Amino acid sequence: MKSSRRQLPFTLSVTLSTARRVLRQLSRDRGSIVLMLGIPCMLMVLLKLMFDHTNSTFERVGPQVFGVFPLIVMYLVASVSMLRERTSGTAERLLTLPVQRLDIILGYSLAFGFLALLQALASTLLVVWPLGLDTKGPAYLLMAIAMLGALLGLALGLLVSAFARNEFQAVQFLPAGVLPQFLLCGLFLPRSEMHGALDGLSQVMPMTYAVQAAGEVARHGGITGIFVRDAIVVLLCVIAVLVASAATLKR
Amino acid sequence: MSPESARPSERRATAGEPLAVSAYGLGVTRGRTQLLSDISFGVPRGTIVGLLGPSGCGKTTLLRCVMGIQGGTTGHVQVLCHSAGAKALRTRVGYVTQAPSVYADLTVLENLQYFSAALGLRGWRRENAVVRVIKEVDLAEYADRPVKRLSGGQYSRVSLAVALLGTPDLLVMDEPTVGLDPLVRRELWSVFRRLAEGGTTLMVSSHVMDEADRCDRLLLMREGQLLASCNRAELLAHTGSGSVEEAFARLVPRKESACGPARRGRGAALGEAGSSPLLGEALPEPLSLSFFPEEPCS
Repeated sequence: MKSSRRQLPFTLSVTLSTARRVLRQLSRDRGSIVLMLGIPCMLMVLLKLMFDHTNSTFERVGPQVFGVFPLIVMYLVASVSMLRERTSGTAERLLTLPVQRLDIILGYSLAFGFLALLQALASTLLVVWPLGLDTKGPAYLLMAIAMLGALLGLALGLLVSAFARNEFQAVQFLPAGVLPQFLLCGLFLPRSEMHGALDGLSQVMPMTYAVQAAGEVARHGGITGIFVRDAIVVLLCVIAVLVASAATLKR
Repeated sequence: MSPESARPSERRATAGEPLAVSAYGLGVTRGRTQLLSDISFGVPRGTIVGLLGPSGCGKTTLLRCVMGIQGGTTGHVQVLCHSAGAKALRTRVGYVTQAPSVYADLTVLENLQYFSAALGLRGWRRENAVVRVIKEVDLAEYADRPVKRLSGGQYSRVSLAVALLGTPDLLVMDEPTVGLDPLVRRELWSVFRRLAEGGTTLMVSSHVMDEADRCDRLLLMREGQLLASCNRAELLAHTGSGSVEEAFARLVPRKESACGPARRGRGAALGEAGSSPLLGEALPEPLSLSFFPEEPCS
């Protein structure tokens, strides 16, 4: 790292304190944590029961939703808690202190990233053992996808909180911003069968890449080039969206 | 920051010390509405300045200008020899917003620990600061209680405690005593007095005129304009009234007749500075741009 502290766009100690504070706040709200960890698992069980007699469909869809469910859950939690920070005036107060914008954003990312890790771990373990999902690739890649999806949801949620005036609006942004990605990501209809314009649209949507990478894990053993490319695309999206949301925090 | 930039203001301030806050021709426009127009005043160090006026007259906006977080401003605001909102001020100015901005789901202690970390305090300094402010606002017995379980007065004292963490030279408070019971209010004012005696400058807004009695200086505001900047005795003597409330009422028609049809004009307050001894009284004279040194840190 650079020697001069002024050069860094964030301060490590403040970022870590922020992460600890967010986790502490979350820990006061046990219900939310249980929901966050439980919802993706519950949906996976439903999916398994739905496709109980056509196991091949579950083999195809199961991994793909790993790019979807964590994203949606994390999006909601992140957008509402960041919105609370903004509307309660605490974000503004922090910015009158020697706190940098990225300290807040990265603090939130670390805290929710930790939860995303737990969530990914829980849903991967559930899917691989009790539900018996058989992917050609290793299960830890599936977990990586779930993590990436969750981080993407987190970043989008933090960004959206800047444009939402209240919780109602933040929740409305889910169908507005996330469901189109969900529809076009190739889960319902292979993207090759879509209208050209829709396929083009899906190519600028980051969820598409998360779902595609998950599909790679299902079909191929080991790490494929497409998987790496897609994972990098999603990661770059996460970084870009996080930087954008830091920019929306104004003094 | 540099000694060159601090010198001109030192020379001009009558007390030999630079003013804690000075504003010259401050205006705020939001969209088409003019929230503040041509406000000029000075706040000497170590005093309690009451910013008084009816709700909606622009008190919060003015305080936000002092904090440097208000958009759409024109004119100059200098705070502790820096332009308002400068980086160097972030540990030196404490801000207590109208709605207490602390984390309701954390305990008093956890809030203070987090905000002191945000101030860059570490180790024993952090512990010291937290213990000190808890004593200062008298919340020791509630330290482990979640803030949302506290009463309104205690809640706003937590917010005050956070602002005191960095031992600020200037404390900006937006209606800190509103809605509190008289005893709590009296306690809070004794805290303010103690801070001022320790050399802290306090800017306190209120829409309750009788709080003026506890302030060293007053800034009276109405409809985005400054009616007076003076101490209480001067205000009463000038208006020939017995209370600040009465003085306020007398100042309003006087001002409107003095300005005539152009009373909302942009130059109104400045033009009046000469005629009314209550305006611009605390400003170092003559007003010149050299009073606001160019800050490298802005």
